[in-house]
Amino acid sequence: MTILEAEHIKKSFGKTKVLKDISFSLEEGEVLSIIGSSGSGKTTLLRCLNFLERPDGGIIKVKGETVFDAANVGSMSEAEIRRKRLHFGLVFQSFNLFPQYTALENVMLAGQLLAKERPDYKRRKKEINQALEEQAVTLLKQIGLGNRMNNYPHQLSGGQQQRVAIARALALQPDILCFDEPTSALDPELTGEVLKVMKELAEQKTTMVIVTHEMAFARDVASQVIFMDRGTICEQGDPREVFENPKEERTRQFLSRFNG
Amino acid sequence: METFMQQFPVVVGALNEGFVVTFKLFFITLLGALPLGLVICFGSMSRFQPLSIFTRLFVWVIRGTPLMIQLLVIYFFPGLVLGNPIWGGGESGRFAAAAVGFIINYACYFSEIYRGGIQGVPKGQEEAGLVLGMTRSQIFFRITLLQMIKRIVPPMSNEIITLVKDTSLARIISLQEVIWAGQAFMKGSHGISGAIWPLFFTAFYYLAAIGVLTVAFSKLEQKLNYFR
Repeated sequence: MTILEAEHIKKSFGKTKVLKDISFSLEEGEVLSIIGSSGSGKTTLLRCLNFLERPDGGIIKVKGETVFDAANVGSMSEAEIRRKRLHFGLVFQSFNLFPQYTALENVMLAGQLLAKERPDYKRRKKEINQALEEQAVTLLKQIGLGNRMNNYPHQLSGGQQQRVAIARALALQPDILCFDEPTSALDPELTGEVLKVMKELAEQKTTMVIVTHEMAFARDVASQVIFMDRGTICEQGDPREVFENPKEERTRQFLSRFNG
Repeated sequence: METFMQQFPVVVGALNEGFVVTFKLFFITLLGALPLGLVICFGSMSRFQPLSIFTRLFVWVIRGTPLMIQLLVIYFFPGLVLGNPIWGGGESGRFAAAAVGFIINYACYFSEIYRGGIQGVPKGQEEAGLVLGMTRSQIFFRITLLQMIKRIVPPMSNEIITLVKDTSLARIISLQEVIWAGQAFMKGSHGISGAIWPLFFTAFYYLAAIGVLTVAFSKLEQKLNYFR
């Protein structure tokens, strides 16, 4: 089942065209890796999917439902955007954990705030919060941080912080989990532990869009690779095809350092 | 001429009275300027250009002119120029005028500290809240606010300590605060005249008040030290 369709996404900052007509689609349970040099528009594309940037043109559909259409964007209320962006989760390069909350609180907070909007919240407050806590504990154990739940972010290593950030995004059960260079701020050792968690998620058929510079990871874990260059999709396809047999000269150039 | 030992209790009694006025001015200024500063801060950060330009001009004028002049203008301008002495005579009128002047002046300084605090919180914090489906007000109250408070405690404590001593400026409109009370013993007050030591002695009042504030602020800083 096609879970995500992006059609003709365009985005400019001032006179700079950052995204020029980007289209792709993603099946449920697939992992899409987006690679390319810095400034090619990868991060902007991801931010458009999460409504942190507003595309100037194009349509985004999730499970066939149009969640964004640049043609009638003006009519979308803040509350509507808020609801629609919950289709997506986003893990940032710089983690962005909330420093004043423990790992557990970081994972639970958004769920607690959303639960307050439920009509039965007042009546079942205790029950709901208990369920949220159980879910958060399960997620933290799953990423191997069951013993660090009550630590504050500054007491955790970068790799641990990023894993908490992944759990925090998973807690809202998004349809599509996005990663924006999740290991670029980490040293190689810490990178490994984060990639391991992401690999496990892929094995559990979590639908993911991953912007990354980790070529080996993109090749081995992704079911689809997009190579972006100057705001366009230069090449797209099966990772083994793109990595071992790139059709475009620009892709070959980019991968030459990696392929040796 | 009485001896120092005889003068001392009389002087301390008068200075205590003066210090009550000092403290009241200090406290009311805080009460008014802390929230007003936030309003001015939001005004200067507004995306509505005319509002932000007007607010920034206002802050420039207030920070750009001496508080002493502002007090004189606030107190005398309505009566002398407009022929409408809104403050009335008497100590209560002078206190009200001084309080208004101090609140406006300090709110402008606070607003700039707030702005620094808000802008100092990384943008990623707001974005993380947004992608987790939080509303703007949830992001402000549950995420940004405490981080902002942590950032502004050191500059705010500095400014608030300065405020304690700045209250003495109110004697330009004859508000009878502690320095005014000390100075009065030079000309003659409570049967004592030509004594300069009471004026010097007022320094201990400030020192004690600021000692208390310093301890309170360092306690607050420690309390917020559980996160970074």
